Amino acid sequence: MTVAELKRGQKAIIKDVSSIHIPLKLLEMGCLPGNAVELLQVAPFADPMYLNVNGSHLAIRRETANYIIIESTNE
Amino acid sequence: MSKQINVALIGNPNTGKTSVFNALTGLNQKVGNYPGITVEKKEGVCKLTRNLKAHIIDLPGTYSLNASSLDENVVIELLLNKNDKDFPDVAVVVSEVENLKRNLLLFTQIKDLEIPAILVINMSDRMAYKGISLDIDYLEEQLQTKIALLSTRKNKGIDNLKQIITNYKALNTTPCLDASVIDKDYFNSLKKTFPNQLLYKLWLVITQDVNFGKVSKNDYDAIADFKTKSATELKRLQQKETIKRYQFINDTLKKGQSIDTKNAKDIRIKLDRILTHKVWGYLIFGVILLTIFQAIYDWSSVPMDFIDSTFASLSEWTKTVLPEGLFTSLLAEGIIPGLGGIVIFIPQIAFLFLFISVLEESGYMSRVVFLMDRIMRRFGLSGKSVVPLISGTACAIPAIMATRNIESWKERLITILVTPFTTCSARLPVYLIIIALVIPEGRFLGLSYQALTLMLLYLLGFATAVGSAYLLNKVLKIKSKSFFVIEMPNYKVPLLKNVALTVVEKTKAFVFGAGKIILAISIVLWFLASFGPGDNFNNAEAIVSEAWSNEQITEEELEQKIASHKLEHSFIGLTGRAIEPAIRPLGYDWKIGIAIVSSFAAREVFVGTLATIYSVGSDEEETIKNRMAGEVNPILGGPLFNLASGISLLLFYAFAMQCMSTLAIVKRETNSWKWPILQLVIMSAFAYLVALAAYQILK
Repeated sequence: MTVAELKRGQKAIIKDVSSIHIPLKLLEMGCLPGNAVELLQVAPFADPMYLNVNGSHLAIRRETANYIIIESTNE
Repeated sequence: MSKQINVALIGNPNTGKTSVFNALTGLNQKVGNYPGITVEKKEGVCKLTRNLKAHIIDLPGTYSLNASSLDENVVIELLLNKNDKDFPDVAVVVSEVENLKRNLLLFTQIKDLEIPAILVINMSDRMAYKGISLDIDYLEEQLQTKIALLSTRKNKGIDNLKQIITNYKALNTTPCLDASVIDKDYFNSLKKTFPNQLLYKLWLVITQDVNFGKVSKNDYDAIADFKTKSATELKRLQQKETIKRYQFINDTLKKGQSIDTKNAKDIRIKLDRILTHKVWGYLIFGVILLTIFQAIYDWSSVPMDFIDSTFASLSEWTKTVLPEGLFTSLLAEGIIPGLGGIVIFIPQIAFLFLFISVLEESGYMSRVVFLMDRIMRRFGLSGKSVVPLISGTACAIPAIMATRNIESWKERLITILVTPFTTCSARLPVYLIIIALVIPEGRFLGLSYQALTLMLLYLLGFATAVGSAYLLNKVLKIKSKSFFVIEMPNYKVPLLKNVALTVVEKTKAFVFGAGKIILAISIVLWFLASFGPGDNFNNAEAIVSEAWSNEQITEEELEQKIASHKLEHSFIGLTGRAIEPAIRPLGYDWKIGIAIVSSFAAREVFVGTLATIYSVGSDEEETIKNRMAGEVNPILGGPLFNLASGISLLLFYAFAMQCMSTLAIVKRETNSWKWPILQLVIMSAFAYLVALAAYQILK
């Protein structure tokens, strides 16, 4: 499962990130394996996605979200 | 002798770093540029003790020491170059209590450079509200530093911070973790090759392209060439390094910070539900834009009318007080009207910067970026292009610089190319005076026709920008990765001091920057209008008197005829006449032609130019607007500024590329003459054709 498949309000734990497709800046903002991620809001056409990653509030495009592998937590 | 130390303020964006800077320096600050690049350099002085002063530099906000933009690069360049005159004696790392985890990443990197570092935890007034408590002693011990809790909003903790800066020599410079464990073999071989260098510094040099000063260049070239790993491997190592740092930070905060989520309140989520809503979000954004335009038009009209009449009286007063002569004439007919043409726009420019800085400071701008990204991408732009396009309504120059945080080069280039279409404040003077002349008064749904016209012009600017972006996106064949990351900071009530300083700073820059050009041009214009070659100019009195000798005209009328005859045959008149055939089909006379030509230096020159041309040879105390309203079309009769020529002029100014400073910035930011030249040619040709069509249809 990837971040792109999250539903609004759903939480998950990051399993893996593809470092070739993900800018370093995103990793530095806390988008790293083991950290929590929650989908807060999506813009119209479901893109970009507004996330809470490891306490950082940030928005990324869906195409980038495809490269963040997650494990859903049942919350 | 008092001593001065260098203090660098470093921190993530949105941590209130600039508020800390303002609190430390007060009004003792200046804004300039780093040599050779257009990154803004803010520095100021703070008196620490009787004998110790701090020279404080507010470095651009950055998330880490791995630069991804020109602005961020400035930070790394300074921290790696010990020979720089600004190299900090102490680094003050500004963090924010709610995002401590992320902010500490940068802090641990700076510690690794063994620069004395102080950790400022800003916005500490929000701790109770957020249910956060900190064990400062423990954190100081783990992070090997001194911590200053600060609240710039409540004005608390500044003195304590000054105290810690004063005692900077007592700071521990030991790194708080060992980053080299991510690849021991690699770092060992690095250490062997360059035994005299700091290991972390070597690593930073290898992982990014940094341009160094002359002194150390040779040393660093050797390091940068130390490529025993591929780019992909290096990137993987950087990721490992980041994970390593976060492990340390998480461990430290587990003990040093506790968050009681039950007591935490978050207004951000509630506000975001509305402000980024599919319907309400756009509606609110629209209302905000509408308010801005109404404000610019309506609220600023009072001070503007006052300034206009003041300058007219000042000019008249000069003529009565000073003895008649060349100097008086230069002052009253050249310099004063020229300056009036720029001072009059201070109220509007101040309003515009006020709104932009409030939108930025409050955190709302990020929401606009979020809402607009998908839509903008259809046109080959990024959501982040919205910020340049909105700030472009103030001035294209800072707007083009604001494109630097757009990750994709193609999206960034297109944004740079289309930003000059947005209605900048230099167009405003031209629009306002022409609208006042040709658009009737009256109201529609509570908005005046004139305000609506202005709003339409702004919309036209945006529409043209977006439309041409769409075309450029199809035409330009550039492959680039489209990354997009934007922080959504918490909402804040903007600090009055920050907003006021920004407004004053930007308005000052506009007035003095543009003022210089306008003053110079108005002096040149006065000269060209006051002198002329040959008989026709020098014997104007005799020629005109003779021509009218059989008619019944008053002394006053005769004088006016002489003046206008002189103007027509002055240097400027001859130039204007020469270009008149080209602009006649657009509905302009040669005087407007002169104003357009001088506008290629900067648009706002238009009004000043007309003011200068019309005041040469006029005795009466009159405002610029009245003079323009009185101009008669030499061929068709009737007012020169009517609906057809007025609309034609508005459209010409909406589309033409008439700003040398913008062209220079585009050259710098794209590193090529190709793009600014294309802008100049295409935009101006398009402007000419549209203006031509408009006049021919409407006349």
